[in-house]
Amino acid sequence: MMFEAAGYQLLPVLPEIVLAVGAMVLLLIGAWCGQRAAGLVTGLAICFLIGTGVIEYLLPHGRLMTFGGSFIVDEFARFLKILALLGSAATLVLSREFLEDQSRRMFEFAILVMLSTVGMMVLISAADLIMLYLGLELMSLALYVVAASNRDNVKSTEAGLKYFVLGALASGMLLYGASLIYGFTGTVSFAGIAAAAKTGSIGVVFGLVFLLAGLCFKVSVVPFHMWTPDVYEGAPTPVTAFFASAPKIAAMAVFTRVVLTAFSGVVAEWQQIVVFVAIASMALGSFGAIGQRNIKRLMAYSSIGHMGFALVGLAAGTVEGAQGVVLYLVIYTVMTFGAFTVILAMSRNGQALEQISDFAGLSRTNPLLAFFFAMLLFSLAGIPPLAGFFAKFYVFSAAIKAGLFALSVIGVITSVVGAFYYLNVIKMMYFDEQAEATDAVHIELRSVVAATALFNMLFFVYPGPLVSAATAAAKSLF
Amino acid sequence: MILPALFFYLFAGVCVASAAMVISSRNPVHSVLFLILAFVNAAGLFILLGAEFIAMILIVVYVGAVAVLFLFVIMMLDVDFAELREGFLEYLPFGLVIAAIFLLELLLVVGGWTLNPTVTKSITAAIPGDVSNTEALGLVLYTKYIHYFQLAGMVLLVAMIGAIVLTLRHRASVKRQDINVQNARTPEMAMGVRQVASGQGLQDADSAEWVK
Repeated sequence: MMFEAAGYQLLPVLPEIVLAVGAMVLLLIGAWCGQRAAGLVTGLAICFLIGTGVIEYLLPHGRLMTFGGSFIVDEFARFLKILALLGSAATLVLSREFLEDQSRRMFEFAILVMLSTVGMMVLISAADLIMLYLGLELMSLALYVVAASNRDNVKSTEAGLKYFVLGALASGMLLYGASLIYGFTGTVSFAGIAAAAKTGSIGVVFGLVFLLAGLCFKVSVVPFHMWTPDVYEGAPTPVTAFFASAPKIAAMAVFTRVVLTAFSGVVAEWQQIVVFVAIASMALGSFGAIGQRNIKRLMAYSSIGHMGFALVGLAAGTVEGAQGVVLYLVIYTVMTFGAFTVILAMSRNGQALEQISDFAGLSRTNPLLAFFFAMLLFSLAGIPPLAGFFAKFYVFSAAIKAGLFALSVIGVITSVVGAFYYLNVIKMMYFDEQAEATDAVHIELRSVVAATALFNMLFFVYPGPLVSAATAAAKSLF
Repeated sequence: MILPALFFYLFAGVCVASAAMVISSRNPVHSVLFLILAFVNAAGLFILLGAEFIAMILIVVYVGAVAVLFLFVIMMLDVDFAELREGFLEYLPFGLVIAAIFLLELLLVVGGWTLNPTVTKSITAAIPGDVSNTEALGLVLYTKYIHYFQLAGMVLLVAMIGAIVLTLRHRASVKRQDINVQNARTPEMAMGVRQVASGQGLQDADSAEWVK
């Protein structure tokens, strides 16, 4: 109670505490019962993730600060935390079938996802550099392990190792930047940095560059994208779906919060970095994907490109821009989740199919799956009236309002180039010679595919609630 | 005043020299030993700064645990370091160019160096004599910074789970020790008394049982 008086209320961190304690309880259950409990632990983990989302929603509205101002819960944090929690829960739903296989059965998977989600929530709510770093490490460390979780597979272990080594390098750069910023501003809190860094002193900008380099690695944008295709290809498919969703949300959220709150005084300095990174990612995402044969590698390039599009909104540095980023994250998460679920659902005689050519003639063997996948791909390409179009519309209109014409034009051009490889897959499914029939799809996967595809198709009918929630989230940052 | 300066240059000089030896020595075991020397000298520098807690932690954690672990890994792995270093000379010019660019950039930064006035004040502030380093850390670590401490603990928990998940295997073919079974053994289970007819020996089946 002494703590509460000193600005250390526990209510704002209640969701994190519930999730962390839940993960530890499940760890004990798993350690006690062994791998038999894998199904039970995964089920309970899904309940915990959803329950935590409900608690987050029920927290008192408005801005809550705790731990001496190092932890903040505002509309922005609340919205993106719930999204990240849903992403993690959906990952576990997808992985249930994957983990049923005897050789892969491991209850630790669910626990690692939960602890990683705690890291994401801390990251989204971070209001100083130490909290940011701890959240980032907690999130990433668990991700390195799940990337290598299929440990008898050479590609999976390679993915884990590569991700770990490069991630450690990125953390090093981030820490170096953070120490420079601390040295030049004398504080680690975002509010303090904003007050101290009103003019762009070269030291602060130097630190900012390194800090952003570390964050760019986590969002996987050019020039820190090298790990993405290999890790996406090597990691088990449910893990790849996870990588493409929740951690991206958290990293993008903290990226947005850092530049918009801590560095609001040096907009011109970070704006040029973000513009360059956005252009490079959109271009590489579009051109790099053309030559790919493996669908997971293709999705990796697609994710690089999409993060570039999201950064276009951030480059604007306005409320509309931040709103565009939030909306982009929601829609991108849903689209990419749907696409990965389709990839997960593709198997023939129990063997997972990952080549793009395996999709040939899917419209005849499994018309409904092919239709939903086509809708998701159209949406990823940004074709109206699907949700993906609106995501791009919001970020580009924010960029144009902020006067970033060149950036918007390049963005639209790369988006057209990018449409080629999505349409190529659709062409394969509908017009190419039929391959052998694929296995029947599990009911959980079918429902996830249907839900995500319908969301994409029907978003334009009633976008109101989502858009207003995103606006409220964006406004809370300014 | 001259003595601390002398010690500073002693520690700093040895630290830099041994760091150079870490990367240039041919034998990887020597590299690790030089690394330990660098750590010990860095600890000396911390003591000069009045940060005796960090100095001791550096010795305990880095010298006592990390460097010894390195030594183990290097001795157990069969890595041909000479082969790894083969391209060193080839890449040296390119590396030097990059290093020069970095140096230039750093000089530019140092040229525009304007420290926040409060920072210099806190750096040059006298170390309070009535509270030791350890005590000062203890006063804030479990109160003001409790959330950082707990989060760091969770990071370690994840590291532990990860290490177990990725390396622990239960192989059915490997014999494992079971203390309960061992303690429950009776003489009847362990020994068998046979009457062996003279000149005939044991049957094959019996001898197989013996081996077990």
